[in-house]
Amino acid sequence: MSINQEFKPKIVAFCCNWCSYAGADLAGSSRLAYPADVKIIRVPCSCRVNPMFILRAFEKGADGVIICGCHPGDCHYSTGNYYARRRMTLLFSMLEYVGIERGRTRVEWVSAAEGVKFSATMNEFVETVRELGPNVRLGDLRCKN
Amino acid sequence: MHGIGVFVCHCGSNIAATVDVKKVVEMAKLEPGVVHAEEYQYMCSEAGQERIAKAVREKNLKGIVVCSCSPRMHEATFRKCAEKAGINPYMVEIANIREQCSWIHKDIQEATEKAVILARAAIAKVNLNTSLVAGESSVTKRALVIGGGIAGIQTALDIADAGYEVDIVEKTPSIGGKMSQLDKTFPTLDCSACILTPKMVDAAAHEKITIYSYSEVEKVSGFVGDFTVDIRKKARYVNMDKCTGCGACMEKCPSKKALSEFNSGLCNRTAIYTPFAQAIPNVPVIDPEQCLKLKSGKCGLCERVCQAGAIDYKQEDEIVTNKYGAIVVATGFEVIKLDNLQEYAYSQSKDVITSLELERIMNAAGPTKGHLERLSDGKAPKNIVFIQCVGSRCSENKGKPYCSKICCMYTAKHAMLIRDKYPDVNVTVFYIDVRTPGKNFDEFYRRAVEEYGVNYIKGQVGKVTPEPNGKLTVHGVDLLDNKQVKVEADMVVLAAAIEPSPTVRNIATMLTASIDTNNFLTEAHPKLRPVESPTAGVFLSGVCQGPKDIPETVSQAGAAAVKVIGLLAKDKLLTNPCTAKADELLCNGCSTCANVCPYGAISYQDKLINDHGIKKTHRIAVVNSALCQGCGACTVACPSGVMDLQGFSNRQIISEVDAICR
Amino acid sequence: MESSKKKQAEMIKEISGTNPLKCMKCGKCSASCPAFEKMDIKPHQFVSYVINENIEELAKCESLWYCLSCFACVERCPRDVKPGKIVDAARQLVIRQKGQSHLLPDEIPELIDPELPQQLLVSAFRKFRR
Repeated sequence: MSINQEFKPKIVAFCCNWCSYAGADLAGSSRLAYPADVKIIRVPCSCRVNPMFILRAFEKGADGVIICGCHPGDCHYSTGNYYARRRMTLLFSMLEYVGIERGRTRVEWVSAAEGVKFSATMNEFVETVRELGPNVRLGDLRCKN
Repeated sequence: MHGIGVFVCHCGSNIAATVDVKKVVEMAKLEPGVVHAEEYQYMCSEAGQERIAKAVREKNLKGIVVCSCSPRMHEATFRKCAEKAGINPYMVEIANIREQCSWIHKDIQEATEKAVILARAAIAKVNLNTSLVAGESSVTKRALVIGGGIAGIQTALDIADAGYEVDIVEKTPSIGGKMSQLDKTFPTLDCSACILTPKMVDAAAHEKITIYSYSEVEKVSGFVGDFTVDIRKKARYVNMDKCTGCGACMEKCPSKKALSEFNSGLCNRTAIYTPFAQAIPNVPVIDPEQCLKLKSGKCGLCERVCQAGAIDYKQEDEIVTNKYGAIVVATGFEVIKLDNLQEYAYSQSKDVITSLELERIMNAAGPTKGHLERLSDGKAPKNIVFIQCVGSRCSENKGKPYCSKICCMYTAKHAMLIRDKYPDVNVTVFYIDVRTPGKNFDEFYRRAVEEYGVNYIKGQVGKVTPEPNGKLTVHGVDLLDNKQVKVEADMVVLAAAIEPSPTVRNIATMLTASIDTNNFLTEAHPKLRPVESPTAGVFLSGVCQGPKDIPETVSQAGAAAVKVIGLLAKDKLLTNPCTAKADELLCNGCSTCANVCPYGAISYQDKLINDHGIKKTHRIAVVNSALCQGCGACTVACPSGVMDLQGFSNRQIISEVDAICR
Repeated sequence: MESSKKKQAEMIKEISGTNPLKCMKCGKCSASCPAFEKMDIKPHQFVSYVINENIEELAKCESLWYCLSCFACVERCPRDVKPGKIVDAARQLVIRQKGQSHLLPDEIPELIDPELPQQLLVSAFRKFRR
């Protein structure tokens, strides 16, 4: 455990512009801390997240990837989060097959009003990834120094 | 790209207290393409913006990264600033180092590291930014309202009063809709016709409103601001310009077997008819299924009695093509068929009726001239049972899963009116819940119980059995008493569920407006954009969006009108430039993208493509940038990776990922 | 204790294949029930007994043995909750608990009578499925 405390995971969070990114902003303005390991990429909608991006993140050494979108039924584009949910379900099961543990990938619905949930989710996710340790699968060895 | 400027904001101490801004500037300078980096107290201030403009001029910047608060806060500000300074507004990226960094971290080193990475990601992205120009499209200053019920009439009146042309398309011979069939309206009990007819007259008389009655929308093409619609004017067989509405034809017509739609099929009408006396337009139509002349060539009585010479048996359907800037759907509802609910004996007994049928029976212009009587033998009923939630709140195989919303109130109204007019009639209501949210609604229901002595029993009815003596036995339960109850009734009234008009499916398909599993049209946002369809330029009014009563329908109609007016008031529409775009060279026209597009923005064209000198015609996807809202669903669905979203391209997002994971 | 209550309720749900949480408490089952008068726990109450995990009381009640299994309640329930199936499952539970499993699978073929209700056969098989 003591080793894991040292470990600083790289975590990429894709947040949809309308709900989750605003939720992250709310977490910020409410000063709800979560680890600095999480870096957010803004996308218009969770359905903009191409599985390719997630593979790329793992390839480049990410230890966890989380996708946040609007709650089902609340999508700004009405159906985008449903696409994201279906695509990610498939992708995550394939990732698990190649050895990327379920804990490293997640889809979470966070509304613009859920700063608390955003922060809690991130804390929890980072903790899960920390316990899993550094990701060794899919990493592009050429990227290593 | 060479020529990126990075501007790091202190935001007073909001950022500077936890992020070492000097370090961020220093690190940013090391990034490829960065030629200028500086920090300032408040970047969003006048002075801060001037600093950006100055750097753009002096260093000839091509792209700008501002490390500051959330883009949701000041992205627009910095874009405007860039535009003023002479570079494309979409060459600006924001690194959110306040909400998502300085405000949530305490450790300066940690926060600074993160800020550097966020800045790096933004720099990597802006490197790949391209100049985007918001498109413009023109607006046809005319609106179409589909459906001429109270929702459509109110929307049309409001739009027309603002000075815009409106066309109403109504499929039946007269406007008025379901409201015209009602007798009284809750919670004030004013007569429906008394408040509706003036509105109908206003609509007909309004110089800006054109009513296409007995017409249907046949085809819709185009997009927001520029729809082209084909309207089929069904053959009326009566010349609208000549007819005076004297009604002589209807008096003389010998074919009297058709069931009156207006009276819910409770009585007959002639083959040439207007649905009701106050119909607008007051011009009859000939029902070709019933007319002896049209069916067999023998008769022609109406032609002979018509002094205006308006009858024209040779009339044919006519297609009118018009252009519109906005379309409002106001197609309303129907009462569900009760075939799946045999236990209520609706098909077995004439004395089991729906509430809409009761509405006609109670109406002075209805089949019984307003006398409450049994349809089987014309006798006055002594005991009436109302059953609530018939087909509402059911599992899908039995009825509708939703609450029809209006039944609790109209049942209270019916019960009250009957007790008021016929105090010796016993009225029993079987209910599951009484739902009365609305101004003066619960008071209204309580009046039915407390002042009018209506007997409300909590519990559903198991079955209704017609007895040989003509009575009906209602087998119910009183859940509060925990007892089964049997009520002998002379008449049973079912509060049957309402469903969207069956025509709405076809209309939604034509408009590419999305529809839910119950055929209600979907709003663009359930809370914040309740009267707009996700399809730009299409608006929703009335029950087509969800069950609602008259006051709610009228307010929604007004809201839809305001949205339409807001749209028509614009001369040009600026479109969001962050739209999807297909690579013509690689697209194989497989249609996957069009299937996932919620806006119907993608179509296919056969286009001559010049692929490195080889000219070939290909079927390729074309995105209509006026319709595309930029969600990006298609970009991921595209099997060949041809679709990309401008402003959030695959390469841009990947470069951000790379920068973060570096 | 708590867990055994929960287990029993889960068992009822599993055997009956119903989800009592779907119930909207309209009482149509009780309105339809021909054996209502004789019952001590009324059909619409079965559902709440399962929700409240009060299976012990349900197992003791007279209603279980008055229910005709006519399934009028199952047929008419607007929400597909199927109170009749709950009764059926509760009976199963009682029979299983009483350890009256004297019937062996081998004995069944002899006992088959064309008049025998199918449901009884199925129940018997269900009992010996493990």
